[in-house]
Amino acid sequence: MTKHTKTATNGVNVAALLGAREALKDAPEAARFKWRATSEWVKGTHNRATVAGFFGLGTEHQHRQTYKFESDHPEVFASEDNGATPVEFVLVGLAGCLTAGIAAVAQNRNIQLHSVKATLEAGMNIQGILGIDPDVRNGFDGIKVHYDIDADASAEDIAALVAQSQKRSAVFDVVANPTDVTVTSSKS
Amino acid sequence: MSESASRGIAGTVDVVVIGAGHSGLAMSYLLGQCSLRHVVLERGEVANSWRTERWDSLRLLTPNWMTRLPGYPYRGDDPDGYMSAGQAADFISNYGTYTSAPVLTRTTVTRVAQSRHGFRVETSRGDWLCQAVVLATGAFNKPVIPRLAEAMPANVEQLSAHTYRNPRQLAPGGVLVVGASATGLQLAQEIQLSGRPVTLAVGEHVRLPRVYRGRDIQWWMLATGVLDQHIDDVDDPDRARRVPSPQLVGTSDRATLDLNVLQGQGVKIVGRLMGIRDSVAQFSGSLRNVCALADLKMNRLLAWIDQWAEANTPSGIGPTERFVPTLVGETSQLELKLGEDIRTVLWATGSKPDFSWLDLPIFDRKGDLKHSRGVADVPGVYVLGLPYLRRRKSSFIHGAEDDVRELSTHIADYFDRSTSQIKSRLRSVAI
Repeated sequence: MTKHTKTATNGVNVAALLGAREALKDAPEAARFKWRATSEWVKGTHNRATVAGFFGLGTEHQHRQTYKFESDHPEVFASEDNGATPVEFVLVGLAGCLTAGIAAVAQNRNIQLHSVKATLEAGMNIQGILGIDPDVRNGFDGIKVHYDIDADASAEDIAALVAQSQKRSAVFDVVANPTDVTVTSSKS
Repeated sequence: MSESASRGIAGTVDVVVIGAGHSGLAMSYLLGQCSLRHVVLERGEVANSWRTERWDSLRLLTPNWMTRLPGYPYRGDDPDGYMSAGQAADFISNYGTYTSAPVLTRTTVTRVAQSRHGFRVETSRGDWLCQAVVLATGAFNKPVIPRLAEAMPANVEQLSAHTYRNPRQLAPGGVLVVGASATGLQLAQEIQLSGRPVTLAVGEHVRLPRVYRGRDIQWWMLATGVLDQHIDDVDDPDRARRVPSPQLVGTSDRATLDLNVLQGQGVKIVGRLMGIRDSVAQFSGSLRNVCALADLKMNRLLAWIDQWAEANTPSGIGPTERFVPTLVGETSQLELKLGEDIRTVLWATGSKPDFSWLDLPIFDRKGDLKHSRGVADVPGVYVLGLPYLRRRKSSFIHGAEDDVRELSTHIADYFDRSTSQIKSRLRSVAI
C-alpha cells in the first residue's frame, strides 16, 4: 500500500474520533446524545428555529454560539420567502452530514481532498401535502445526491469513500429509514 | 359482421341493471314502480359476492334491525344480532323473490358501449339494447394492494381479504396484517386466536365502541343523523369517500374490537407499512399520531352523541362513557424480518370496484368512475353502492334505499325528458 505516501491534511482530527470510539466502547451511557432545536412562529409561514445546546458524554453542552435558522415557504406558495423551505433544510442536513463523513473517512484513509461538492435534488409531488391524492406521499419521492470530488485517489477509492460515508451518516439513516416520531402539545 | 352482432340481440329494454346484489334488486323494484322496462344481469347467482367472495366468519357491521331494503324490513327473531355473509345473501335472494325481480343469472357482462340510440350491453348470453344503464356491481370487486407488494420476498405468502377464507389456509408462523379497518382488525383477531402471532400495520383508522350507553353505536349514528349526512354537506367529499370502514365486528356478545383489545390478545401493532428493503418490512413512525387522531375523533363523536341525547332524551339509555386511549408502547417497532418473523402477509388495504368492461369515456385520470352522487358523466349511466355515494350510509344495505329512490326518480325524469324531446321534435315535423 504505497499509493498515498504523503499525510493527508483534510482538517479532521481522526485521532480524536478514533480515541472517542475506543473510550465510548467502555462507557456506553456517555454515547447517548440528545440533539435539540426550538422553533418559534414569526408570521405567515415564516418560522425561526434556534439551536443552542445538546446533551452528550453524560453532560449538557452549549454550542460556541446560538445558531438561528429562518425557514419559510417560497412565493409560489403565496408565502414571503424569508428563508429556505423546511424540506430544503433536510437536504442541507443530508449534505452536511455526508460531506463531514467523507472528510473524516478520507482523513482516516489518508486520502487528500482538494474539493468536495455535493448537488442534491429531491422530488416531491405536492398533491400529497395538499390532500389531492391520497396515494401520493407527503415527503420526497426520492433524493438524488451527486458528489464531485477532487482528491488524490482513484475513482474507485473515491466511490468507496462516498459509500462508507453513507454507511456512517446519521442524517442518511434518518431520511432513509423509519423513525418513531412523537408530537405532543400543550396550551401556554 | 361484428362479433357482438353475431351473438344476436337478447332483448331491448329501457334500463339494464348490472349486478343482482342488494342495490341492483332495490333499483329493479323501484324501476318497476316507475313502469320502466328493465332487466337485471348477474354473472353468478343473486347476491353472488356475498356467497363466493367473503371470508368464512364475516358478519355485517350493522345489527339486523337495520338490514332493510325498500318495502322489505328485517322480520327475523334476532333484531340485535349481526347477519353472517350467508344470511345476508339469503336476505338479498329472498328480496329478489319477493319483488319478482327480472334477474338473468349466469350472464356476465363483457362490455358496455354507446350505440346509436343508447347503450349496447354485451353479455356472455347475447346483447341488450337500452336507454339507461345502472352499475350495481358493488364497491368491493378488486383488492387494492400497494405497489410495494412487488418487493415482497418470494418465501412470504401473500393473501388479500378477497382470497382469505380462514386461518387453516395459512402456514404456521408469523402473519403481518396490513390495514386496520374493520377487515384488518377482524382478520388479525381471528388469526392471532388460531395460534399464529400477528403483527398489525396501522395507518389512519376509525375507532368506535360496539355499544355506547347501552345502544349499538349504529343506532346512535342513525338517530343523531350522522349516517344520513349528505355528501354535499361535507367539506371534502373525496376525503369522506376514502375514510376506511370503522373498527367494528358483529358478534353475539356485541364486543368492542379495537387496537387495545387486540393487543390484550397478543397482537403487536406497528405503524403503516412504508417500504420493504432487503427482506425487511419498514413501518412508519407515525403510529402514535394515527392512534391519537382516532381517539380524538371517537371522543368528538361520543360528545356529539351526548349532546344530542341531552337534547332529545331517548328512553332507556345508560350513563355517558369514555374509553381508555389507544395504548401505544414506549417505543414502536419500525422493522420486521420478512420470511423469518413473517411467513404470510395479508393485505387488508381496501377494495375498489371493477369497471374494466365499461367502454365509455367516463373515467378520471386515475381510472376512477366520474360521477356526481351516482349520476355519471355520460347521460343515462348511473352507479350505486359506492362509499358515501350520496350519504354516509350509502354503502350499507339499509343505505341503498334513499339513494335508489332518488336515482330511480332521476332515471324516470330522464326518460320523460327524452320522450318529450321526441314528441316536440315530432310536433315540429308535423307543423
